[in-house]
Amino acid sequence: MSANTPAVDGAKLVRERRLNNAKKNWALFRSDAPALIGAVVLLFFIVIAIAAPLIAPASMLDVTQQLDVPRYAPPSLDHPLGTDDLGREMWVRILWGARVSILVGVAATVMSMLIGTIMGLAAGHFSGLFGGFIMRIVDFFIVLPSLLLAIVLSSVLERGVFTIVVAIGLTSWASTARIVRSQTLSVESRLYIERARILGAGHSHILFRHLLPAVMPLVLANTTLTVGGAIIAESTLSFLGLGDTSKESWGTILKNSMDVSAATSGYWWYVLTPGVAILLVVLAFTMVGRAFEAIINPALRSR
Amino acid sequence: MSTPTHDPHSGDRPDRGTDTATPGTDPTNPSPASAKGTADTAETNPAAVDMDEPPAGGSFARYFLRKLGGAATSMILVIVLGFFAFRMLPGDPVLKIAKERPMSPAQIAELRSQYGLDKPVIVQFWDYLVGIVTGDLGESYVYRKSVSSLIGEYLGPTLLLTGTAAVIAIALGLWLGQLSAWRRNSLFDKLASSTSLIFWSVPTFWLGLILLMIFGGTLQWLPTGGMITPGLDPWSPAGIIDVITHLILPVVSLVAVVYAQFLMIMRASLLEEMSEDYLTTARAKGLTEDEVRRRHAVPNALLPTVTVVFLHIGGLVAGAVTVEAVFSWPGLGKLTFEAIRGPDLPLLQGTFVVFSAIIIVMNLAADIVYRFLDPRVRRA
Repeated sequence: MSANTPAVDGAKLVRERRLNNAKKNWALFRSDAPALIGAVVLLFFIVIAIAAPLIAPASMLDVTQQLDVPRYAPPSLDHPLGTDDLGREMWVRILWGARVSILVGVAATVMSMLIGTIMGLAAGHFSGLFGGFIMRIVDFFIVLPSLLLAIVLSSVLERGVFTIVVAIGLTSWASTARIVRSQTLSVESRLYIERARILGAGHSHILFRHLLPAVMPLVLANTTLTVGGAIIAESTLSFLGLGDTSKESWGTILKNSMDVSAATSGYWWYVLTPGVAILLVVLAFTMVGRAFEAIINPALRSR
Repeated sequence: MSTPTHDPHSGDRPDRGTDTATPGTDPTNPSPASAKGTADTAETNPAAVDMDEPPAGGSFARYFLRKLGGAATSMILVIVLGFFAFRMLPGDPVLKIAKERPMSPAQIAELRSQYGLDKPVIVQFWDYLVGIVTGDLGESYVYRKSVSSLIGEYLGPTLLLTGTAAVIAIALGLWLGQLSAWRRNSLFDKLASSTSLIFWSVPTFWLGLILLMIFGGTLQWLPTGGMITPGLDPWSPAGIIDVITHLILPVVSLVAVVYAQFLMIMRASLLEEMSEDYLTTARAKGLTEDEVRRRHAVPNALLPTVTVVFLHIGGLVAGAVTVEAVFSWPGLGKLTFEAIRGPDLPLLQGTFVVFSAIIIVMNLAADIVYRFLDPRVRRA
């Protein structure tokens, strides 16, 4: 770590440049009010999701321990968000639901991004039969609504949180692949790739040393935007009865509310609260994602 | 096919991943880009024969065959997936039926042979293929009726619901989208964009539940479910009005989530056109702003939009699954919902194949429409 040799100076320069870039990006992010609010909302939900067992012990969800709690109590000082058909507090259910909903959203997105990036890179880099074959697969997944495929997958696999993650992850990667592919194609035509190729670089060198770093920022921005979609997908699958009924999730709560016809019986808090939680989190992810995207792609800022 | 097309929309809208109404569809849809690509090749390739007057019919036939081939491949994939996905199931459907009522082993074996489950997988696959070609999709475990007749019965209401929703969502989305782009950064634009963002961030079925709660439950203005009051003749004037009142809430829920997408696509597309030189020319000619917009900018912006919009109809069809479940609308979506609850695998398999077929056909139609809409490709 001595500052005498030129090599260390170089490393220091790189570090300084990165620090400056980070500062600049942070300033950009900070100037975007919706993104900041989104970040705060996300932070709030992530904290309550992690701390759920500390704030409200799991026993508060145990139906047998709620016998003296009024059923369908509207929101009041005693029951801030009301209670459900079994006397459970809505706020406790929302708290615990945040864990599964956000976890599934993030995990499914990571899976979808991995598949999408690999397929997109392959489709953009390899030409000829192989590339064409991959594009056909991508097209197939783009044409068919992912919900339809996810329904099929999650109804034939064993019910559970992991199944939902797989069902969403396996069916929602096509749009990422499409974006990655078009970015790959535009990077591929640049001179430095040609230079690398002429110098004898193989497929793996070009793919992992040049193309992957070039598409990564785009993928990361897209990740944040996709989480919202995955959370909605989770709620939809759970609502259709394909989720894990033993675990609280916002979709499961909405399914329960539908099972007892809460919407037409006037139990508005039962329907409203889980939906508002979904809305807030999805909106927050979208706001943060848009800000990331604007930082990565300056051309969007003017719009 | 592989022209790196810059996509004007991707930045302007968040990607929804998988959702009912707007499933992972990124607006960079395959077909506008690929259609453009093919259009280019169609123009350059025959040019080898005759530079100025390429054969009129030939390139279209090739384009058409190519798209038809793509659609056929997708359909084959759907059919294969439809079979093998449902054979991955760990449980035994016959044992499940047997659990619900007392049955002797002989009866169970009979049920097995009735559903063809005792044959080798490859024979089952062959029977399934023959069945699809002849329109026989097996028998529903729950309804005890043929899947094809069930689907035939429930198809009409779904087409009515999604068709109505599609027309309204497209008209509303395109109209608001072009206004929004033209008055960029105005109060109207901000309002339109933020409303669509909010509608976008909620599950379709939740919106349905909220509407049901307000208009069906609290205010009791509109019916809470079904398609028609029992006993009414759907073709009598009173019956038609009754169906319309039943249609309002499900259509509004579907439209609310989807129109936002169309709005953003149209807005982005028009913004792209607005920097073009021909608009300056049009203004220099002395046209008013309104005329420039209506006669020059919007028609050009519509071109890429229409195809993308068509492709998003797949999302609308998927959205129908949950909306029909919420409003007990007697369509394919409700049938899917019931099939999931069963679980009624032959029925689920049938609805999956039919839903997918509808979407693939819509897609093919979009590709062909695009070909006719694009003046650069169309020739006399």
